Amino acid sequence: MNDIRVRLSQNAALLTAIAIFILSYVFYNMNHPRGFSVAVLIQNSNEVFTLAMVAMAQTVPVLMGGLDLSVGAIMTLVNTIASHLLNGSPLQIALGMVISLAAGAACGFVNGCIVVYGRIQPIIATLATGAIFLGLALFLRPSPGGNVDDDLSWAATNDLYEIAATYGYAQNGEAAWFQPISWIPVPLVLLVLVAVLVWLPFARSVTGRTVYAVGSGEGAAYMSGLPIDRAKIAAFTLGGFFAGIGGLYLTLQTSSGNADIPQAGAYTLNSIAAVVIGGTSLLGGVGTAIGSIFGALILRTISFNFRIFEIDPLMQPLFEGVVLLAAVSLGAFRVLRVKNTLELFR
Amino acid sequence: MTSLPQDPASSRFKLGEDDKPIVMSAGFILVILAVGTIYTLYTQGTATLLSPEYLLQQLQVGAFLGIVAAGMMLVILLGHIDLSIPWTIAAGAMMATTVGGPMAIPVGLGVGLIVGLVNGLGVAYLRIPSMIFTLGVNAVMRGLMVAHTGGFAPQTAATDLMQYLAVGKILGIPVALMVWAVVSIAVMLLLQRTAVGKSIYAIGNKEAAAYLAGVPTKRVIVTAFCLCGMLAGLSGTLLAGYSTKAYQGMGDAYLLPAIAAVVIGGTHILGGRGRYLGTLIGVILIVLLNSVLSIMQMPESGRQIIYGTVIIVMLLVYGRGRKVTS
Repeated sequence: MNDIRVRLSQNAALLTAIAIFILSYVFYNMNHPRGFSVAVLIQNSNEVFTLAMVAMAQTVPVLMGGLDLSVGAIMTLVNTIASHLLNGSPLQIALGMVISLAAGAACGFVNGCIVVYGRIQPIIATLATGAIFLGLALFLRPSPGGNVDDDLSWAATNDLYEIAATYGYAQNGEAAWFQPISWIPVPLVLLVLVAVLVWLPFARSVTGRTVYAVGSGEGAAYMSGLPIDRAKIAAFTLGGFFAGIGGLYLTLQTSSGNADIPQAGAYTLNSIAAVVIGGTSLLGGVGTAIGSIFGALILRTISFNFRIFEIDPLMQPLFEGVVLLAAVSLGAFRVLRVKNTLELFR
Repeated sequence: MTSLPQDPASSRFKLGEDDKPIVMSAGFILVILAVGTIYTLYTQGTATLLSPEYLLQQLQVGAFLGIVAAGMMLVILLGHIDLSIPWTIAAGAMMATTVGGPMAIPVGLGVGLIVGLVNGLGVAYLRIPSMIFTLGVNAVMRGLMVAHTGGFAPQTAATDLMQYLAVGKILGIPVALMVWAVVSIAVMLLLQRTAVGKSIYAIGNKEAAAYLAGVPTKRVIVTAFCLCGMLAGLSGTLLAGYSTKAYQGMGDAYLLPAIAAVVIGGTHILGGRGRYLGTLIGVILIVLLNSVLSIMQMPESGRQIIYGTVIIVMLLVYGRGRKVTS
């Protein structure tokens, strides 16, 4: 019993984020003119997936006490790479996807090496590499465009039924056992798969625990003999990999590649907001990538709500800004609880 | 002084840790000018880059970035950062042109001051990390300006005084350059000669220690953010004068170069160390680099890559941190 209470209090921020998301999403569906429908769910999950991935990408360096200002740029670079590669025979497409994801991880690896061996502060190192990645993206796609396999693009951005129907699995999606799950949107499945198959094993590994330890106190982690360099490089590489998944999905969603610099910046900034709303401390050491997924969901659900309430489009940026500012200001309640002023200076 | 006797000759020519970035960046500026001049001599047969007109014109363009970077440096020295710069610039410009008349410039500065005040209060009193709080303020300012202008470039024009300050010349010297010089001298005096300046360095090194030593840390943080916001507002007002009107997203191109200029000039991104002269040279370096690359007709992709590479190489040479071992 006591154990549960401790676990609850340790994950209070994550649970709050989940609760806010559920409330706002239920609110959205109750007020939606046509009520809850699978079509709306599919559309929503498509709009959420890329930001959720970029937010997860941002989480790993933040947990380490750093910040990655290049996540949006990596996403954009992978988007432009994938827009050249995702066509041809199934084997070529599969190879293209592998190359795209590897490129994302490689960008993260470069970030990690510059931070670890160059000993440059993460925020400024990734500011610079972000410019380089955007330059490469512009080189690959001077103007928007691309050639993306239509079947794959269609299947990946719909429900599971469309995957089965497109590629002829489960009797073209008509098999009886398949019916209970055939309505689930593909991006949601992918989101869960990435969280369960990539994030959870990483967070439980020695390298993952070291990332948390470095964020809590790098000196103590060093004195404990933890593999700090390896953890830092792994944190940035995993971040690059997540951003790469986001870029790859963006390619499938838009069927094109676009080296859009303002879009890259917007994704980077939103990823920081999502990380904070998801309960991860910018000081490092506390939080999870799962929280950041919910942070991204909350940010997007707020925009969904604007859409159905037909708020003047000119007022939308103001509302979004106020909500963002209010959300990050929630952390200020810490000030009221502090008994010793010196505890504030961390 | 009871320190060990030093050989005066060797100490005079030995570079301190803070001088190294300044000397290296100044050297790099010469390299940029040399490469650019060789290029123009080869293609056009003239050394355009070395003419006083060209250099003064670059400094005039650099003044807008330089004023922003001066404010940004105060905040970075504290160990904080101000990401609300883009829409503070745009808001200063838009409100200045909207009000017009003799009050235009005070309003532009005032808007920046208010944004800075909000930033400072949030960071110093609510203790929200500056990275995320200023990001939120930036979003709110963008929302306010979109609501105010309807999402289009406002029809209002910059006043004559704003245009004069941005593009006018006295004895061949751009007025914008003089404004930048005045701001620079003021910031330099503030950092070197006043208690506030010393407190900024102290807070950047260790806020808890500064607090225990009796520094009113919260007020100093608010002051620094106010100055940063006000300088961004000033830069926005001048920019509106330069292009004769305000427009959406006019400040977007200033945030990252301002941070880069401060850091290239040797100011530590975590605060506490750095000299204003370095920031000045960092701004000139970035402006000249941009200009030479555009003279060489380098496509945007190549510019971004070179830009990023220069920042990393400069920092690899002198900005390396120490390994944490305890």
